Amino acid sequence: MGILEVKGVSKRFGGLQALGNVNLSIAENTVHAIIGPNGAGKSTLLNCLVGKLIPDTGSVMFDGQSVLGRKPHEINQMGISRVFQTPEIFGDLTVLENVLIPCFAKRDGAFELNAFGSVRSQADIRERAEQILLDVNMQDKGSMHAASLSRGDKRRLEMAMCLVQEPKLLLLDEPTAGMARADTNNTIDLLKEIKSKRDITMAIIEHDMHVVFSLAERITVLAQGTPLVEDIPEKIKGHPKVQEAYLGQAHDE
Amino acid sequence: MLGLKSKDTTLLVVVAILTLLAPFILNPFPENSALAQFNAGYPDLMQRFVIYGIFAIGFNILFGLTGYLSFGHAAFLGVGSYAAVWMFKLLSYNVVPAIMLSVIVAGIFSVLIGYISLRRSGIYFSILTLAFAQMSFALAYSVLSNPKFNLTNGETGLQVYADDPQIFHRAGLPDLPHFFGLSMRSTYTLDVGGWSFDFNAGYYFCAAIMLVVFYLAIRIFNSPFGLMLRAVKSNQQRLNYTGLNTRPYTLAAFVISGMYAGLAGGLLAAMDPLAGAERMQWTASGEVVLMTILGGAGTLIGPVLGAGFIKYFENIFSKINDGVLHAWFAFLPDGLENALVAIIHPFVGKGWQLTLGLMFMAIVIFLPGGLVEGGKRLGALFRRRSSDETASGETKPAE
Repeated sequence: MGILEVKGVSKRFGGLQALGNVNLSIAENTVHAIIGPNGAGKSTLLNCLVGKLIPDTGSVMFDGQSVLGRKPHEINQMGISRVFQTPEIFGDLTVLENVLIPCFAKRDGAFELNAFGSVRSQADIRERAEQILLDVNMQDKGSMHAASLSRGDKRRLEMAMCLVQEPKLLLLDEPTAGMARADTNNTIDLLKEIKSKRDITMAIIEHDMHVVFSLAERITVLAQGTPLVEDIPEKIKGHPKVQEAYLGQAHDE
Repeated sequence: MLGLKSKDTTLLVVVAILTLLAPFILNPFPENSALAQFNAGYPDLMQRFVIYGIFAIGFNILFGLTGYLSFGHAAFLGVGSYAAVWMFKLLSYNVVPAIMLSVIVAGIFSVLIGYISLRRSGIYFSILTLAFAQMSFALAYSVLSNPKFNLTNGETGLQVYADDPQIFHRAGLPDLPHFFGLSMRSTYTLDVGGWSFDFNAGYYFCAAIMLVVFYLAIRIFNSPFGLMLRAVKSNQQRLNYTGLNTRPYTLAAFVISGMYAGLAGGLLAAMDPLAGAERMQWTASGEVVLMTILGGAGTLIGPVLGAGFIKYFENIFSKINDGVLHAWFAFLPDGLENALVAIIHPFVGKGWQLTLGLMFMAIVIFLPGGLVEGGKRLGALFRRRSSDETASGETKPAE
């Protein structure tokens, strides 16, 4: 029984069957990659997991509880954090404030009317926030405006914001999209380091096969809204069905 | 001090000193000089400075922090005024219960309007609030004013009549709003040389309340709650995916700012016990938006500056008529004098809004951060200039 169990999920947008009967099980403490060509339904699947979309049929169980019908903030409080395709951070706030917010969310829950306390006096929260900035190597950028960071740093900041909540499941939507090679390798190292330091399950949606094969312990290949194969990376590499999905049929006329 | 950063404490102390000394600061010109009409130190106007300052401070908690632009805040101002006048009619002229009821009623009213309006964001939120405010205006102006059920007294405005119950009114108490016997109208005038300075009880009452709510606003700005509100403005989606429910945060901000508006409305009635429906009209809602943007949305002191700026214009510029202009340019030849008066005429007197509009445009285009940004740029300019001087002073010996 995996930490995340997706059973028979399908989703239709008008005439387009985006997902058709998807079954997926992600085991605890693994790095699970979901790959597939454009339009395979990867992002739709991810959106169904975080409460942005509600699937037409099927069930999504996380840690023994259903996530369907819950709002994004409730799903996050259950222990699922998400990194977006383009970094979603609080651009108007400083880097330190960006990581303070998830710390408050973790400690105080979805709503807390603390209108007269001072942010600075919350020593435990500040300590946590500064520690996570140290972990992702951004300790000297705490007072910078988040919007002025480089793209790679924005990504690191977003990951720090997710990690500081100590999620049970971290969803990464193309974490290296649009990054330079060096930044991509840094991200891979960062993710490996995170994985080695703590118990965390990761689900990665990715185009870059270099990233997928450096990180993933299991890979699911999606094509046209349905899972083609699921296996360990070594077996996926040479799998005929996968090659077919990516490169077209071998005997195409 | 008081749980504030040293910078904010300084700001609070400066504002406190300025408001306490306002009767002097706003009356810089001797009584009989030609410039005396630029004096703003008379009780009526000073009261309005601080009352609209409170209104704008509250509006800024919603608009400046969360970015939700409400076009209906005057409704809460009006509701506050009506509540206060009803307290005068039923209980007595004491302002304390009147103001407390203003705040409570405006709070309840803003929970209702906020709960519905905050289901949408952006322009749809603004339109919803505008619609609610116009509905409130229509209710106050006609619907809730008929012989069977007269809550607002329609066009005439709600006021206290001799046959009202006023159950706690006693013979020794003033027949005007008072603070436990101290009439809001009582004024002590200090004559020094050509100057005369008015110290008005109502002004100091309002000023004390403004300082308290300004302090509360600073606390809110620096609190975790304030941080979340700024996060709502910056990226609401990220905040949701960070496990925070944005709806109660925005609703709380809406209600707090509605209560500030109710307080301002109650104080307006406490200074002049009359509440009219025009106080709820959309122009009044637009005015507080102008004040906040003009002063600097999202800054602490900006809204107060904006409120003072607009109220000063409304009351001082509107009083400059052709007679005054002729007197100013009397030293010029007649033809030139008439020409100058003709050019300036549309911008003063009844045309004061034209000048205000031009200044508003100039500020929005050149200083998007409002008067506060202007101040900051001036400060930076002086600092650069002085550092340039020290730098050149250091290089000279080397040459």
